[in-house]
Amino acid sequence: MSAHILPRRVYYTVFAVLMVSTYITWQISYFDLGPLNTIAALAIAVFKAVLVVLFFMHVRYSTPLTWAVVIGGVFWLGIMLSLTLGDYLTRGWGTFG
Amino acid sequence: MSPEAAHHHPAALAHQFDGLEQQKEVATLGMWVFLVTEILFFGGLFATYSIYRTLYPDAFTAASRELVVWAGTTNTAVLITSSLTMALAVHAAQLGQRRLLIVFLILTMALGCAFLGIKAFEYYTEFAAHHIPGAGFQFEPEHFQHAQIFFSLYFVMTGLHALHMVIGLGIMAVMLWWSARGIITEEYYNPIEVSGLYWHFVDIVWIFLFPLLYLIGRHVH
Repeated sequence: MSAHILPRRVYYTVFAVLMVSTYITWQISYFDLGPLNTIAALAIAVFKAVLVVLFFMHVRYSTPLTWAVVIGGVFWLGIMLSLTLGDYLTRGWGTFG
Repeated sequence: MSPEAAHHHPAALAHQFDGLEQQKEVATLGMWVFLVTEILFFGGLFATYSIYRTLYPDAFTAASRELVVWAGTTNTAVLITSSLTMALAVHAAQLGQRRLLIVFLILTMALGCAFLGIKAFEYYTEFAAHHIPGAGFQFEPEHFQHAQIFFSLYFVMTGLHALHMVIGLGIMAVMLWWSARGIITEEYYNPIEVSGLYWHFVDIVWIFLFPLLYLIGRHVH
């Protein structure tokens, strides 16, 4: 009855990309890239999470209301992280002696 | 159309919904609202991690190097594979393939148990190495204090994640029971779908935990 039954190969493809991404994350961590280590690790993690949300969790094929809830959740997480780190990451300036 | 036919509706359809499609959308939306609370719940822990890692970067890299990296990497692969079998379980449910659905649910549970087994082995290793924060904690003197913050976060974050896995296994056991009894049908597979949403969410939490806990000190020789 459901409007969106995905072909199995979509799941296999997403799975393969997730596994390759995991391998890349693991290998890349052995190279000293400075701050890029953390950025690369997080970028790959976000990429993997988006794949899981869109395809395994079927959000790509969900109603606009579901999209709004998902984006809202991530947006509020962004508020929490950015305001918190906006404080802590800017404390080392020491201009007030 | 006879009055009986006009009032006929599928057995799985609760009376407050217009149809099965609407019922499914409501179930999905409800699960997502719950998952948003989970995102913010784990988000608080990730924020705490970020603050302390910013304050004590050297202690964090030194402590991270002590974790069993092959176990963490293997567990990432195990969880991603369990997400695949979960997605295939939902797919089988959508097509009304009951036997295949049951097989994929059992595979998902087996992979979940494998994850917890590897995690337990890691906890044992860390216990034996005196890396549990508190009176018996042992670490190089330079980072003795702040490495305990890392290990506290490690145990709380992976512990809460493992608790979610245990709850997930409980949910899957119920889904297995319902599938075997024939409650899950081609028309009514919402329970499998929303259980899958929960399972995938727990996978996503691990996708972030893995690099942030296990990999941050690997490039230092």
